[in-house]
Amino acid sequence: MAFYIFRRFVNYFILSAIATCLAYVVASLALDPASKYYGRNPQPSRQTITNILNGLGVNPDVPVLERLWNWIVNLVVHGSLGNTVGGTSVVDQIVSRSGVSLRLLLIGSVIGAVVGVTLGVWGAVRQYKFSDQVVTYGSYLIFATPTFVIGVLLMIGATALNGAAGMQLINFTGEYSAGLSGSWWDLTADRAVHLLLPTLALVLIGAAGYSRYQRSVMLDVLSADYIRTARAKGRSRNQALVRHGVRVALIPMSTFFAYSFGTLVSGSIMLEIVFSFHGMGEFTLNAITQSDINAVAGSTLFLAVLVLFSSTLSEVLYAALDPRVRN
Amino acid sequence: MTNLVSVPDPSAPTRAGDPLLEVTDLSVTFPQRGGPDVNAVRGISYRVHKGEFLGIVGESGSGKSVSSLALMGLLPSSARVTGSIRFGGRSLLDLNDRQLSGIRGREISMIFQDPLSALTPVYTVGDQIAEALLLHDFALGKRAAQARAVELLKVVGIPAPERRAKAFPHEFSGGMRQRAMIAMAIANDPQLIIADEPTTALDVTIQAQILEVLEKAKDLTGAAVVLITHDLGVVAGHADRIAVMYAGKLVENGTTTEVFAEPHMPYTIGLLRSVPNMQSAGTERLVPLEGRPPSLTALPRGCPFAARCPIAIDVCRETEPGLLVHGVAVPNELALQLPGPARVDPALAGPTLADLLEVEHVAACHRSDEIASGLLTRADVFPRPAPLAVRHSEALAAAEPVLSVTGLVRHFPLTKGGVFSRQIGTVRAVDGVSFSIQAGQTLGLVGESGCGKSTTILEILEMTRPQAGRILIDGKDVAGLGRAELLRLRKDVQIVFQDPMAALDPRLPIGDIIGEPLTVHGVKPDARRGRVAELLDLVGLDPQMADRYPHEFSGGQRQRIGIARALATNPRLVVLDEPVSALDVSIQAGVINLLEDLKEKLNLSYLFVAHDLAIVRQIADTVAVMYLGRIVEYGPVAEVFARPRHPYTQALISAAPIPDPVIERSRKRVLLEGDLPSPTEQIDGCNFRSRCPLYTLLADSDQALCATVDPVLRAHGQVETACHHVERNDLAISASLAGREDELAP
Repeated sequence: MAFYIFRRFVNYFILSAIATCLAYVVASLALDPASKYYGRNPQPSRQTITNILNGLGVNPDVPVLERLWNWIVNLVVHGSLGNTVGGTSVVDQIVSRSGVSLRLLLIGSVIGAVVGVTLGVWGAVRQYKFSDQVVTYGSYLIFATPTFVIGVLLMIGATALNGAAGMQLINFTGEYSAGLSGSWWDLTADRAVHLLLPTLALVLIGAAGYSRYQRSVMLDVLSADYIRTARAKGRSRNQALVRHGVRVALIPMSTFFAYSFGTLVSGSIMLEIVFSFHGMGEFTLNAITQSDINAVAGSTLFLAVLVLFSSTLSEVLYAALDPRVRN
Repeated sequence: MTNLVSVPDPSAPTRAGDPLLEVTDLSVTFPQRGGPDVNAVRGISYRVHKGEFLGIVGESGSGKSVSSLALMGLLPSSARVTGSIRFGGRSLLDLNDRQLSGIRGREISMIFQDPLSALTPVYTVGDQIAEALLLHDFALGKRAAQARAVELLKVVGIPAPERRAKAFPHEFSGGMRQRAMIAMAIANDPQLIIADEPTTALDVTIQAQILEVLEKAKDLTGAAVVLITHDLGVVAGHADRIAVMYAGKLVENGTTTEVFAEPHMPYTIGLLRSVPNMQSAGTERLVPLEGRPPSLTALPRGCPFAARCPIAIDVCRETEPGLLVHGVAVPNELALQLPGPARVDPALAGPTLADLLEVEHVAACHRSDEIASGLLTRADVFPRPAPLAVRHSEALAAAEPVLSVTGLVRHFPLTKGGVFSRQIGTVRAVDGVSFSIQAGQTLGLVGESGCGKSTTILEILEMTRPQAGRILIDGKDVAGLGRAELLRLRKDVQIVFQDPMAALDPRLPIGDIIGEPLTVHGVKPDARRGRVAELLDLVGLDPQMADRYPHEFSGGQRQRIGIARALATNPRLVVLDEPVSALDVSIQAGVINLLEDLKEKLNLSYLFVAHDLAIVRQIADTVAVMYLGRIVEYGPVAEVFARPRHPYTQALISAAPIPDPVIERSRKRVLLEGDLPSPTEQIDGCNFRSRCPLYTLLADSDQALCATVDPVLRAHGQVETACHHVERNDLAISASLAGREDELAP
């Protein structure tokens, strides 16, 4: 069992490493960090630009595989991901920003999964009834709406609510109110209120996907013979559905959680921009617009590690749920 | 016949007092979205008394399962259920789900058909049995429930129950899962056990074990049993009473002895006459019961069986007959004690339907009186087809064999690991098999699932060099053939598959399906069309139907299409892979007769793979019994069936149910222990040793021989048998035969 998980972890580890290296190569080939300096007025000398590029390790005259090798050696030996074009350490940036992103992602994806599973089960049990139709059309609507539109709509709604209440019930700009001082509790409550809308948006996106998938899995399980067996034993309909139905229907979901995590991450990048969070999303987007190869590679590594852990977690969950894979 | 009726069944319980279960005028309708309603059950009434064993027999779609799910209250909420179900003084249809949940599993329990899917895969077997206990006994602790679950597993015959209780369903074989289901069903000492096709998915040997366990469970709990099945053989030996269902109606109900000996309803007569009986199979032709049941959405006026009934008269197409007592001289004391005339007209005041159900034998047919009184003999209703004029197979027996297989081996490596896989064992699917088929002959290949039958025929059809051994088709070794020669040879060997639903491409008209083999061999379109028409005619289908699609045909017709496709290239050898096991009983006889006709007409040879021994005896000339990749007995059908020499053959034959209650109740059984061992196991000596009923009886010195030396096929008369102690088996058989004669002579 532990060996099985370990093996899967090693698998994902190798995949993450390959993904990061590929991202580095692609970023190196596609981005042109020098152009930024050529566009400056007065234009720095060619020698200055070359020195800057060499200092960052992104000189396009050096073969890309050599640069990749240097980057890897630097990472393994010094634990460094190089510097951003702004001159700060990429690792420092990730460390300071990841907390913001992780908080949003973790809370959003966990609540989204719970809500999605619940809605999916409910929809399957009440197939074709009015409530099922509402959930179905609702989730298609969310699918069809771009993430930033959802964010903006939520903001508009919150503004209207604040207007109606006559006070600032929901704050949604930034991660916390600047300049607020008070007890630890006040600060936490302030952060929670700021987190409310982006989390809600992420929950909506996650739940829309999970509920569709859970509904179809649950429909398969509903007609399974063992539900009938449980009923024949004397379990009531709801008990049989939960104890024997949902329990089995969660097994394929655990894999789906891992694979849909990527979608959530890209959703949260959008939301960070919309809600002006200074998290990894903003960092990644800025890195691309500024042609910052080291920052792009660093944030890809960060995302790869996230996916690595979520996949391993889903393997653990799968093994915990399904005795058939344990040995 | 009369002497059969007079044989009293000592185990039959008395039908005195209030019935345990009383179903009156039960109807189940499924409304369809935008379509006509499905009338699955249409007003059935029956009673089950304490400790009684009722068999409900019917084809698929007859409503037998739906009616029992209605008893349990387990139908989908869309179903409309009317009528009344009284159980132990309560009206079940008036109870809500919570009240019913209190009865389900405690007073009425149910065993389902497919043990592979009936257990929740994520809980241990012990937990699932304990769950059944804990649901109805709140005082019982978790630990006590687990202990009781282990006990129950022991009762149903699961070895090492303490360990197996902690196993998950996927670690159980099909037979063991069904045992676990029975353990669950008897956990709370129910008064009624409903078993819905409990053995249909299992091998005959396992089926015999499960029926035995069910019988034991019934004895232990004193529960009444309702056994739902399509197999008349299964009910013959166990049921006290039989109810026959057709198109949602009960058409006959009586004691097992009576229904089998003197059926009153033509459908029952047809069913009984169409089933091959292992005792008489092969000596006479089967009686086909043509046609298919009517659609439950558009039932015809009158008797639903009229369209298939050879003795239907005008009134049958006008009014549907009710369930009545028939026969002026009912040879039965109970019927004579009836208040009022034995022949009851429902229009007359007098005994109610409920009274009639207490009577031994009722049937729903306008002409049952004529049948019961002997005016219309059962042989006239469904006459046996004339025997074939010539059986010239013997004359050709000396010619070169069409197929000859010598020492065929197919081992599969068992590997572990993904990227760096390593071999951790070998699956000995086929382990040295030899047989031959003469022109115009049929070889029956029988054995439990997993014995290597399918691998053997796939090896033959693949026509490549086998891992070891030789395959000669028409005298040519397939190993050395080039592409062109192989293509030519493929014409000579064709296959008919088991499942006629899955074997035909649903998007091709059947004319194209049948003609497809001809396109491979480059036949011109015009010639192909002519040939397709000829083939359709040959298998008894209208050539006009060539443009229709497979879904427009019934199961039996589809299998005929499969046969026509196999015959398209004029093969010499046809491999029949369980060709009738997916068909309803009443359809099987027609297909078997067709196969026999075609064999004679076209001088075909068949390699007939089956697990139904009665059908093998019916159609085969030679039989090969396979066990774990080996042939353990090989010889002429009549000889092998009359005097099985290998203990495995004896067990197989004795496990196969015979649709005759008198024979079933009196014959001695050789029950096999346990399941087929895994083919990966390396067993020294005889590989049947672990389950051999003879082995346990042998002296130590004789056992040593079995444990060390692998027996080879040796000739014993006309039969070859792979057993060291054939002589002792002879003794055992004669002993059991003597025992049977003693029992039969009162």
